[in-house]
Amino acid sequence: MIRYTIRRLIAVLPTLLGVTIIVFLFIHLIPGDPATAMLRENAPVEVADRIREQLGLNKPWFINLGEVNCPQQDPTVKSTTGGVFMTYHNCDKSGGFAALRYWQPRLDRPFDSQYLLYASKLLRGDLGTSLVTKNPLMDDLKLKFPATLELSVMAMLVAVGIGVPAGIISAVKQNTPIDTGSMFVSLAGVSMPIYWLGMMAMMVFAVWLHWVPAGTRLGSDVELHRITNLYILDSLLTGNAKALGDALKHIIVPAIVLGTVPMSLLARMTRASMLEVLNQDYIRTARAKGLADRVVVLRHALSNALLPVVTVIGLQVGGLLGGAILTETIFSWPGIGRWVFDSIQLRDYPVIQNVILAVALIFVIVNLVVDLSYAVIDPRIRYA
Amino acid sequence: MANTMAVWPYGKVLQRKRISPWNDALYRLIRSTNARVGLGIVVFLTLTAIVAVAFWPYNPRIDSDLPNRLKPPSWASQSPDKKPSSYYAIFGTDDQGRDVFRRVVHGAPISLQVGLVSVSFALAFGSILGLVAGFVGGQTDNVLMRLMDIMLAFPSILLAIGIVAARGPGLNNTILAISIVNIPIYARIARATTLSIKEQDYITAATCIGASDRRLIFRHVLPNSLSPIIVQGTLSIATAILDAAGLGFLGLGAQPPTPEWGAMLADGYKYLTIGAWWVLLFPGAAIMLTVLGFNLLGDGLRDALDPRMRGTGRA
Repeated sequence: MIRYTIRRLIAVLPTLLGVTIIVFLFIHLIPGDPATAMLRENAPVEVADRIREQLGLNKPWFINLGEVNCPQQDPTVKSTTGGVFMTYHNCDKSGGFAALRYWQPRLDRPFDSQYLLYASKLLRGDLGTSLVTKNPLMDDLKLKFPATLELSVMAMLVAVGIGVPAGIISAVKQNTPIDTGSMFVSLAGVSMPIYWLGMMAMMVFAVWLHWVPAGTRLGSDVELHRITNLYILDSLLTGNAKALGDALKHIIVPAIVLGTVPMSLLARMTRASMLEVLNQDYIRTARAKGLADRVVVLRHALSNALLPVVTVIGLQVGGLLGGAILTETIFSWPGIGRWVFDSIQLRDYPVIQNVILAVALIFVIVNLVVDLSYAVIDPRIRYA
Repeated sequence: MANTMAVWPYGKVLQRKRISPWNDALYRLIRSTNARVGLGIVVFLTLTAIVAVAFWPYNPRIDSDLPNRLKPPSWASQSPDKKPSSYYAIFGTDDQGRDVFRRVVHGAPISLQVGLVSVSFALAFGSILGLVAGFVGGQTDNVLMRLMDIMLAFPSILLAIGIVAARGPGLNNTILAISIVNIPIYARIARATTLSIKEQDYITAATCIGASDRRLIFRHVLPNSLSPIIVQGTLSIATAILDAAGLGFLGLGAQPPTPEWGAMLADGYKYLTIGAWWVLLFPGAAIMLTVLGFNLLGDGLRDALDPRMRGTGRA
């Protein structure tokens, strides 16, 4: 098992490296010059240069092979941009082959490049700062991630709590109206835009019926001593019943909305997996020796049918984090999804870039954990 | 004498009609209720889109009728004096007084376009990558598949958001982003089927008679690996439409006043608190119906094209 774990850990490293390179390249996907794109139109050149300096955009992308000093045509224009391998001074289009004749090779500091700087900061846990609020992103992430985590965990509880039993019942009562009905509902669940479901749910439960509050995590009149920033956990730890009730009231509708897609997928997966197991010989044997139906289904069939379901649960984490962006936007939930949405509006590229990185890293780690747990449940995998 | 010998003395020989695998699959597809419903929805949407484009011109830029803004659907409006409303709109009107029904209908060609174009691009590009990786093997396979693994490490909508946020909002960049995030799916499927087909006897036979690599790939491997790709393609159209609407909702997709369903929902979201349900219900229901149609059709196709089910259609 230890050897298998180490093998899997090593296999993950190139993926992590690739993820950081792709996320790093996002900034360079911006058409034209990224620094100007982040500013409003007609911003002075000095401001753009300052942004370049701040984000390190004046350095070459990957490896530093020297500088290209173009003859300055307009003395008011002063700009330095990083190309893939070189730094360009006052050149119209960085990376153009024509400019290469002004190349002055300097090979004394090849590693002074944007990517390596970015990677070394990442290794130290520094995600950079927001262009708008100037806050270190790591601090904001620590504040906002618990909100998303809490919502995702509740959504997953909803999904597993309803999806798995629905799948089991559908399989046991195959081809009855219950089966058809629940499979139709689950198909509708995966076909629905969750932000639309969220808006409709908010309209019905918050605007029309006033059963739940519309948006945010906690009422403004509720006091809560924050320890982990997971409000439900915090209110349990501090024994604050009022805050617990209020937090649950705030989270229930968003959690159901976010849980809809994984719930539907789990129901379909559990049904398919159960049907396959229920046709096995050992199930017939169990029935033949007179075991109660409940024992056959729950003890013999379910424990074997759950293996593929565990994988689906793991794979849904990525979907949940993606769905969180849309759900949090609807419910004004102050998590990382809402943060990305706001940053898109403000063109705060470092936030977009690094939140995507953080989510991808979480996704890779969760998949690794699922892989390893799968090997614990099913020893055949370990030795394959 | 020879003639009489050739006559079979026991009447007509029972001969089973030959059915090609594709005809068999089509027959099984039509027999499945889910696939029929899915196909019905897809055909209905396609017809709607054609009618909208060909016979019902619409210019969202000049479409505005402010006196009639945010009117509920005519059948649901209850004026206190019970007088019939002077304005007729079956789905109500939006914040600019535009007919929601007309905009929903004109959203159909946009969504179908996004779904079809982005999936075609991803399918073509991804399948070729997968075919090459599976066929050539070795380091090429290793490098290509690691690259695909890295792309799959991102939740798809998040990667699409990143690409569109960087490239700038708009329908074309949405299509580009959705195409890119779908490429690894096809590459993996095409590679897996290629690997199994490569070991078949008919490939060995073709190699022995001197077929070139290109002929092997395009003449033998590609046609035989098509069915899982077609199934995935249909299901991907559904997710592509959902993702495009999601991007539109976040303000990254088609820009107003384009009648794209996701952008319409983003517009209508502002009027949620005043209870204007019609500006939200109908565009969302249109997305759901479209996605449901492609999902049902994809499920049906998967069952129909499954070789294990071959022949069961004519039981």
